[in-house]
Amino acid sequence: MSFLEVKDLYLYYRTRKGTLHAVDGVSFSIGKGEALALIGESGCGKSSLARCLIRLLPRNVEVFDGHIYLNGMDLMRLSDEDFRKIIRWRKISMVPQAALNSLNPVIKVGEQVAEPLLIHGTASREEALEKVRKMFSLVGIPEAFVERYPFELSGGMRQRAMIAMALIMDPEVVILDEPTSALDVLTQANIMNMLKRIKKEYGVTFILITHDVSVSSELADNVAVMYGGQIVELSEAEDFYKAPLHPYSQKLMASIPSLRGEKHLEYIPGSPVSLINPPMGCRFADRCPYRMEKCSLDPPSITVNKSYVKCWLYAK
Amino acid sequence: MSSSKRAIQFLKSLFQYKSALAGSVILLILVAISIYTVIAIPYEQATYLWQAGKDIWLDNPRNALPSWMNTFLPKKLPETIILDTTRNQVGVTKIIVPLGKEMSKVIIEMSFVYNYDDFPSEINLFYESNFTNSPPQLIIYWVNPEGVKLKLKDLTASNKGAYYLSSDEYLMKMLQEYVKEKFGKDPEYDITPEIGLFAKYDETILKKETTSPLKGEYRMIIEGVLFEKESDVNVKLVVYGKVYGMAGTDHLRRDLTIALLWGTPIALSFGITAALSIAIIEMIIAAVSAWLGGRVDFILQRITEINMTIPFLPTLIMIAVFYKLNIWTLLLVIIALSIFGPGVKTYRAAFLQIRSFPYIDAARSYGASNIRIIFFYMIPKILPTIIPSLVLSVPDFVFLEAALAILGLGDPIAPTWGKIIDDAFSAGALFKGYFYWIIEPSLLLILTALGFALLGLSLDKIFNPRLREV
Repeated sequence: MSFLEVKDLYLYYRTRKGTLHAVDGVSFSIGKGEALALIGESGCGKSSLARCLIRLLPRNVEVFDGHIYLNGMDLMRLSDEDFRKIIRWRKISMVPQAALNSLNPVIKVGEQVAEPLLIHGTASREEALEKVRKMFSLVGIPEAFVERYPFELSGGMRQRAMIAMALIMDPEVVILDEPTSALDVLTQANIMNMLKRIKKEYGVTFILITHDVSVSSELADNVAVMYGGQIVELSEAEDFYKAPLHPYSQKLMASIPSLRGEKHLEYIPGSPVSLINPPMGCRFADRCPYRMEKCSLDPPSITVNKSYVKCWLYAK
Repeated sequence: MSSSKRAIQFLKSLFQYKSALAGSVILLILVAISIYTVIAIPYEQATYLWQAGKDIWLDNPRNALPSWMNTFLPKKLPETIILDTTRNQVGVTKIIVPLGKEMSKVIIEMSFVYNYDDFPSEINLFYESNFTNSPPQLIIYWVNPEGVKLKLKDLTASNKGAYYLSSDEYLMKMLQEYVKEKFGKDPEYDITPEIGLFAKYDETILKKETTSPLKGEYRMIIEGVLFEKESDVNVKLVVYGKVYGMAGTDHLRRDLTIALLWGTPIALSFGITAALSIAIIEMIIAAVSAWLGGRVDFILQRITEINMTIPFLPTLIMIAVFYKLNIWTLLLVIIALSIFGPGVKTYRAAFLQIRSFPYIDAARSYGASNIRIIFFYMIPKILPTIIPSLVLSVPDFVFLEAALAILGLGDPIAPTWGKIIDDAFSAGALFKGYFYWIIEPSLLLILTALGFALLGLSLDKIFNPRLREV
């Protein structure tokens, strides 16, 4: 069994229009110290999947089911209180999506970053602040910033502070939910390099959620592509960036400009599938150029070389 | 270091508004008065003095104006003059001459200078004697500055007692006769002993409007016989004035200063405690309601709505009538009736917005407990915006306490501003023209409200910068 293994994960929300299938039977696994990039367009269930992993669910959950094994322990069987005490930040931490606004505006940054340590009671205030300083130098924030308030920090600094907070309890898994989405390209590159260094030096397992394929290529060992609440392709990074298998992945890659050579940028016709009452069968079928009759049936996960793909094209 | 710097910075930006400066000065003065009062007159002493009745205040005039009024009035009103043979006083002599074996003669002479433009309000002579069988016999004479000597009374000084000159019918009649004899006609009004003893004896005495006191040295001479060897007698003459002390006196001769002084710390602590605790508890209820949601939210909001429809003042009056509450119980009742107030609704609206802010979600993700989120993340966020309204709401509760006291529902013991107004009102102060009695506590109430209002409005400008442009 892998280090982190997710099996048949379901997360449905109750909405006024009906049940929303945000995460619909997702399975994947990651080895220790590896990075998985979770790619997909907005509203495909990436963030919901991340929230499942750290069990940060909204109030309107209808179904939350499946298995998440971390080091062989089934996290789904822990009570909320146990999950809070044992897993959150000690094992799995997260850099939330709106990281720029995720700092409490009325507390100094240093104290805010120390909060997890204080909440979990693993360190005294002084020790915690000492650890914060260490973390700040690790993520590249001047130590003097401990005494500042969030509004005195730039976006990049705030993002680094959030990453420092995610790392402060030495977790094994860090979920990065769109860590660089609101930053300029230079800052993006700085932060990705910093993450790469941390991954190499500390052996942290990263789950990188992004809609930006080029950013994901910096860090990822494996790539999972999500569409309509499902993982439609899971490949090793090298294979994926060279030759994606699923039609959706291919279309996605075709929409990204490349540095070398002439490239005609493509787009995907139609609009993303609604997660309320999703169609039977393949969810991409309506937009797929290779649509077949079989596609009205749900495709199985098919192994191609080292990759898994959810498409009838590869059925033998 | 940095926090003290920040405090100085804050005060600097606050005091660029003159209104804030004025408000702070008023409040600082009130606070200084409070501190002085609490230290100088302990509460037990104050309530004792206020409840003590006439005995303690016997030497004070009734309904006297504050003495600083003399500076503004064209006529100089008399101060109270006290002459006591037990004290070593200038102008008081007591001589005992032995007359044989047992008996002795006593001569007491008390002289004072009377330089005022109005008559005294009352004259009393208190005496105290010790004897075994036969009490001392005294004859009391009055000598005015012109040397006219008048025999006032024969007195048997038994133990402890008083001769109330002002209500001596016989003396009144005698003075009336005296005037009639001298001017050949009756005066147009009843000559009271105060007027009869102090008036100028010319044509002016016939009319009340024109009569005026004769300035100069007055004397009271008491000649007496002590029948026993061990016997002794002491007297105290009190010529009550028409002004007294810093604040004047009320109908029970009490010095109003005590109640005015003690009213200050009571009003401040009452108002601040009520405003602060109501705001904080409302905020906690609102935060809990907004954060936990669901059934808790439902229950808290329904309680609030029910409580908001119950009329506050009638309920409070009902409770105050049934249980004669002291002021701190009253405070608790007011807080209890107000915590599910409209504030819960407004704060909840703000919290519902804050609830979905990313930093709250982030806090949840790293395992912050509900309590921590409510007290550390949600409440501090809206605290700055409510401070001005908090300051502005303090006078409401100061007035509420006074209003209850005026309705006769306040603390029966504590001397407060409202209590003075209540006393003044029931004693018909305005009808009788004792304006100072109403104006003093009212002014202090208004001053308190003004102080908080000035400060609160300036704080509003600082915490809600958008108001500055208006």
